[in-house]
Amino acid sequence: MPYTITVNGSRHEIDLPGDVPLLWVLRDQLGLTGTKYGCGVGACGACTVHLGGEAVRACQLALEDVDGPVTTIEGLGTPAAPAPIQQEWIRHQVAQCGYCQSGQIMQAAALLAENPAPDDAAIDAAMAGNLCRCGTYSRIRAAIHAAARRANGG
Amino acid sequence: MGRLAKYTRRAFLITSAAVAGGVAFGVYESWRVPPNPLRPGEGRAALNPWLIIARDGAVTIVTPRAEMGQGTQTTLAALVAEELDVAWEAIATIHGPPAEAYYNGAIMGLGQPFRDYDIRPWREKIREATDFLPKMLSLQVTGGSTSMIDGFAKMRLAGASARETLKLAAAKRLGVPAETLRTEAGRVIAPDGQALTYGTLAEEAAKLDPVRDVVLRPPAQWRYLRRPMPRLDMAAKCTGTATFGADVTLPGMKFATVRMNPARAGMKSFDAGAAEGMAGVEKIVDLGDGIAVIASNTWLAFRAAEAVEIEWEPPAYPGETDALEAEIAAALDAPANSHLRDEGNAARVLESPPEGAVAVEAEYRLPWLAHACMEPMNATAHLDDTGHLTIWSPNQAPVLARDKAAEATGISADDITLHTTFLGGGFGRRAEYDFTVLAARVAAAVPGVPVKVMWSREEDMAHDFYRPAAVARMRGLVQGEKAIALEARVAAPSVTRQSMQRISGFAPPGPDKGHVEGIADQPYAIANYSVYGHLADIALPVGFWRSVGNSFNGFFHESFIDELAHAAGADPLAFRLVHIRPEHAPSAQLLEKVGEMAGWEAAKRPGTGRGVAFTYSFGTPVAQVIEVGESPGGIRITRAFIAVDPGIALDPAIIEAQMESGLLFGLSAAVFGEITFAGGAAEQANFPDYEVLRIHNAPKIAVAILENNRGPGGSRIGGIGEPGTPPAAPALANALFDLTGKRPRRLPLMRDFDFFL
Repeated sequence: MPYTITVNGSRHEIDLPGDVPLLWVLRDQLGLTGTKYGCGVGACGACTVHLGGEAVRACQLALEDVDGPVTTIEGLGTPAAPAPIQQEWIRHQVAQCGYCQSGQIMQAAALLAENPAPDDAAIDAAMAGNLCRCGTYSRIRAAIHAAARRANGG
Repeated sequence: MGRLAKYTRRAFLITSAAVAGGVAFGVYESWRVPPNPLRPGEGRAALNPWLIIARDGAVTIVTPRAEMGQGTQTTLAALVAEELDVAWEAIATIHGPPAEAYYNGAIMGLGQPFRDYDIRPWREKIREATDFLPKMLSLQVTGGSTSMIDGFAKMRLAGASARETLKLAAAKRLGVPAETLRTEAGRVIAPDGQALTYGTLAEEAAKLDPVRDVVLRPPAQWRYLRRPMPRLDMAAKCTGTATFGADVTLPGMKFATVRMNPARAGMKSFDAGAAEGMAGVEKIVDLGDGIAVIASNTWLAFRAAEAVEIEWEPPAYPGETDALEAEIAAALDAPANSHLRDEGNAARVLESPPEGAVAVEAEYRLPWLAHACMEPMNATAHLDDTGHLTIWSPNQAPVLARDKAAEATGISADDITLHTTFLGGGFGRRAEYDFTVLAARVAAAVPGVPVKVMWSREEDMAHDFYRPAAVARMRGLVQGEKAIALEARVAAPSVTRQSMQRISGFAPPGPDKGHVEGIADQPYAIANYSVYGHLADIALPVGFWRSVGNSFNGFFHESFIDELAHAAGADPLAFRLVHIRPEHAPSAQLLEKVGEMAGWEAAKRPGTGRGVAFTYSFGTPVAQVIEVGESPGGIRITRAFIAVDPGIALDPAIIEAQMESGLLFGLSAAVFGEITFAGGAAEQANFPDYEVLRIHNAPKIAVAILENNRGPGGSRIGGIGEPGTPPAAPALANALFDLTGKRPRRLPLMRDFDFFL
């Protein structure tokens, strides 16, 4: 019996075993490859998506446990119309290889939704689960602060 | 590789004859345009191998090097655009196909047996002449921090030649002399103000002989270089729309994974009984030395691959870490492979030191390391009905990957198309061809079906080409505030030899310069200075890991210099300056700069320790100061200061990013990095066992860029992707010594120090 999930506002019938992680449903069945595979054990954050607005690791969420609407990086914004946080990421030239950045941006977007003016400690706490092998952390921090200022009319 | 054997001898003869090009500004360049591999479709014209102009004026710059995060595509494009006169917004980039045109002329320059900082005219000529061999071997490689060194003239020439050829086409059409025309923002403009867009001229221009005598613009006229340009890959990478290897999607594509022997040997037998009936599984492929599972979903393939029962062959090297390390240490007592630094008579002076000299001895040990690119190894391949194989691979060496795929599948290289995608990290790992070849082999087992072969993280870590473990034995003497003798002996498996053996079936004899880079070539004036390289021949796979030999030698050299400074009762920064100033002024200026940034002269902040280190690698000296501090949760790496001198700084924002990146890569390895072995297999499988720095425990970083290291001609360029890494570990170790009084002589540091995690 197929599962029904809603991703970026569209409903999808998925005919896969219920224990397949959401990550691989998104990537292989729905072609939403913006969400990345890095470790498969919830240790790197590259697969971060929003489930009902909360940041979750898509590699740790089984298809059968998807109980709310899913938003992926593709649902946040596009190159032609990037979301404000993506605009700050671009303005601060954050990405290097770029592979982890979808996860970083989704984690940061969830942080800002919950805490509109995070200080450095709040950024550390929220972002510590997201690895970057290129070491883009300084610019990630700057982009989050800038996105917060912008949302607060600064 | 009969081709290698055929060309090597002739190429070396020509190398010794030293044909020089010369890359000075404003000089006429007579340029040989290589065969153009580009076949753009209708409405697009390739004026040379580096750029395609469409009718609508869109310019695609074809980069010979791979974008793996280092920003190479953006700066290579800026070099072309600087001469071509096009708006930045009109530019896009693609990776060049495997082709002779894209050989890396700078990569062999790294192997020259003299020190980079010691520039003399005849050496420059040799360096330029070594451009020849990579061309003959089609060494289309992104590595050795050479992309800009190789591309600095080449890419500007490509832009200038295209611009002049477009002017020629316009001159013909308008019936006016080309000299009366000028160019601006993608248009050729006539004296009467009439403008023709490049898009309307490109197809005519492509039919003309490319203009080869061109004058390159002087730096004073630059608009795109020496300033931060918006990266051309940024919007895609911030919206999840950049296509990495893992993201390649084809109609009807299947999802596969592989399982190979974690002990790096063959396979005896396997039983796929349990896996065959599992959900989504379509085929289990016997690869001879491992298996592949082809399924309808990657995760289903992962799960089924784990369910295959496999009996593996034992490895041809010692299986345990202790035994491997013992073999490396034993190499120190065997004859040396190289003695590339030999000034004065260190052995004699160390044997009978002058009165009042203080002797220092130390042994350092460093572990194997994994690359752990964020994107696990993968490639996609499709053998179509006509027998043509198309491969999509995130790789650093496309000609090699294609030729090895040809060798493995028996398909002629002419029948293989290879596309290079974005790389989710490379760091040297993706200069190997194994993941490309595996995808080709799996695709060859299912003709007509496109198949993406994705490795699990665990497979990636088990099948790395590791940074080798290394041991150094150091002896030195200080007298007053000066070092009067330094002798270093470094032992490790040879990355160069193993890699050349894999590529060509032939390991070059003679001294291995890469093995002692970062220790035999540093700009210190020490009267009796001797560096020996000892090679340990171990079959365990090793490879190029960001900064290669410098990654261990930088630690050995700069830790020991620190020990000498303390033995001399000298300030570690002042001690370095005393020895560097007489040898290389730009390096001394860097040390002064980093001291100024860190407030080195001022008192330390309470509860902190500071360390300094310096390494000259890939043509670029880098000085770093690291501050560590006690905190309730353990030692924190609080701040880092970096001063770098790449000669001409082509893009300061990208250089800054690469400095931060190189530093954190080095610090992650220094604190956490270690691959150990049991039964011949790596004991670390995933990030929980191979931790790296994260946002909360990475330091605040300041970067200063100096441009003094421009060489006699004023046009020198150094590498930037790797030089930030080597000084990081020793700067941190020296800071820990300053904080705790305990001298770190082995890595990773987490074994001996309690860090804030």
